[in-house]
Amino acid sequence: MNLRTALFDCHVAAGGRMVPFGGWDMPLHYGSQLQEHHRVRAEAGVFDVSHMTIVDLEGRGAQAFLRHLLANDVARLTAPGSALYSCMLNEAGGILDDLIVYFRGEARYRLVVNAATRARDLAWIDSHRAVSAPEVALTHRADLAMLALQGPMAERVLAQVYPAATMTAVRALQAFQFLERPEGFIARTGYTGEDGFEIMLPAASAPAFWRALVAAGAAPCGLGARDTLRLEAGLALYGTDLDDAHTPAECGLAWTVVLTPPERGFIGRAALAAGTPRFRQVGLVLEERGVLRNGLAVRFADGAEGMITSGGFSPTLQRAIALARVPPAAAGQRQCEVLLRGQPVKAAVVKPPFVRHGQPCIALASR
Amino acid sequence: MSQIPADLKYAATHEWLRAERDGSCTIGITDHAQDALGDLVFIELPEVGREVAAGEACAVVESVKAASDIYAPVAGRISAVNTTLIDAPEQVNSDCYAAGWLFRLAPAGAVDAGGLLDADGYRAALDQGA
Repeated sequence: MNLRTALFDCHVAAGGRMVPFGGWDMPLHYGSQLQEHHRVRAEAGVFDVSHMTIVDLEGRGAQAFLRHLLANDVARLTAPGSALYSCMLNEAGGILDDLIVYFRGEARYRLVVNAATRARDLAWIDSHRAVSAPEVALTHRADLAMLALQGPMAERVLAQVYPAATMTAVRALQAFQFLERPEGFIARTGYTGEDGFEIMLPAASAPAFWRALVAAGAAPCGLGARDTLRLEAGLALYGTDLDDAHTPAECGLAWTVVLTPPERGFIGRAALAAGTPRFRQVGLVLEERGVLRNGLAVRFADGAEGMITSGGFSPTLQRAIALARVPPAAAGQRQCEVLLRGQPVKAAVVKPPFVRHGQPCIALASR
Repeated sequence: MSQIPADLKYAATHEWLRAERDGSCTIGITDHAQDALGDLVFIELPEVGREVAAGEACAVVESVKAASDIYAPVAGRISAVNTTLIDAPEQVNSDCYAAGWLFRLAPAGAVDAGGLLDADGYRAALDQGA
C-alpha cells in the first residue's frame, strides 16, 4: 500500500491517473500531460509535491552543522527568508540528494529533500547531527502538505486566494526568497523554469487551498508535466541525472559547490579536491524525428561515448531533448549520434536550459 | 471505461482492424492502448507497398512515456498510411477509431482466419489484465 498525500481525494475527483512514485500514489496526469505542460508555460498550474520530505533543523549549532553537511554554503544566507539549492554529498563526493535549504531565522533552517531518498537522507542527516550537533533538533514535518503553483500567471492566481496584505509581501519576493504567514510557508521557488511558488501548509488545510487555486485558474498538473517541464528547464532529477556514484561537477552542478573559505570542511570536500571530473553534463537536441529516452548511448565522432540520463519530448520545442553525461573532452563538440531503436540519429550538443520563462533558449536547426 | 466498438476486430496487442467494403483493412490502436500510452508525440508509419506478415512489427508510436511497436494484425501489403499523423499524432489520442487510424493493408488471406478477437473477446482480455 503506497502512501497518500492529503490531496489524494482531490486528484481522484479531478480525474487524476494515479501511479506509484517513490512509495506514494501520485497523479501522473489528469487527462493530457501535454496540455498541462502548455498551461504551465502559458498560464499557471498546480502540482501536489507533498511527497517531498520536509525537515526542520533548529537549535544552537544549526548553521555550523549545515555548513558541514551541505556542499553549498548556508553562510551565504544572511537574511532570514532566503533559500538556496545544494547537493548533500557522501565522503566520496557522490551526490546523496539535492535539496533546498531555507533560512528561517537564527539557528532555524528547513530542508526539502526528495521523496524516494527520504529514509536514507533522514538516517544520514541524523547520524551526523548526533555526532557533530547534538543540540540541533531534527523534525520530519510529515504534518505539512506542499503545493507548487507554477507559471507566468501564478502570482495572479495566488492573488485571488490570499488576502491583499499577504499578496503585498508575496509580490516583493525574489526568486529563492520566502515568507511565513498564517496562510503558509510561501517560497518563490519551483521546478519548471517559470515564475511560481512552492507553498507548505498544514495537511488538513491543503485540499481547500488546492481547490481554491484550481477555481482561480490553476490547471491541476501531474508528475508527467512536472518531468517534461523540469527537463526543458535543464533541472536535474535525482535518481536519473544525479546519483551517489557521481559528483556535482559530473552532473552539471559544479556551481552549487562552494569552495571558499577553504577551511570549511563539508562532507565530500576532500574527495572532490583529490579527483578530477570523469564526465560533464551536456544537453542534446535531436535533429531528426523520434524521442530520446533515458539510458540511450551517445557517441561522438572521435569514438567517445556517453549516456542520456534524462530524455524526452519537449512540448515547447516540439523536439526530443535530453540531458547526457559525456566524457569531458567530448563536451565541447557540437554534434553526436544517439542509437535510437537501433538506428544512429544526429543530435546537437547544447548547453541547458532548453526553455525558460516560456521561451526557447537554444537555436533550433531546421529539420 | 475504454471504448470498444462492436463492429471492429481486435488483436491481443491492442490494435483494432476494420474490414472495409473494398476488401482492404484499416488498422489503428485501441482506446485502451492510447489511454495507457498517454499523449502521443511521434508516429513512424510503414512504407506503402511493404509486405507484412501477421504479427510483424510495422509501425511505432511514441508517447511522452514510451515507444511501442505496432503489429500487423493480419498479413498483407500496406496500401495507405495516415500521413496526417506525422504532424498531428495527438489525433490518435483524441479519435483513435476514426481520424487516428494508422495504416491500411490489402490482406493476403481471409481476415477472420487471423485469430483476432471480437469486441466481447477483447473486453474479456482487458478485464483479465492483458
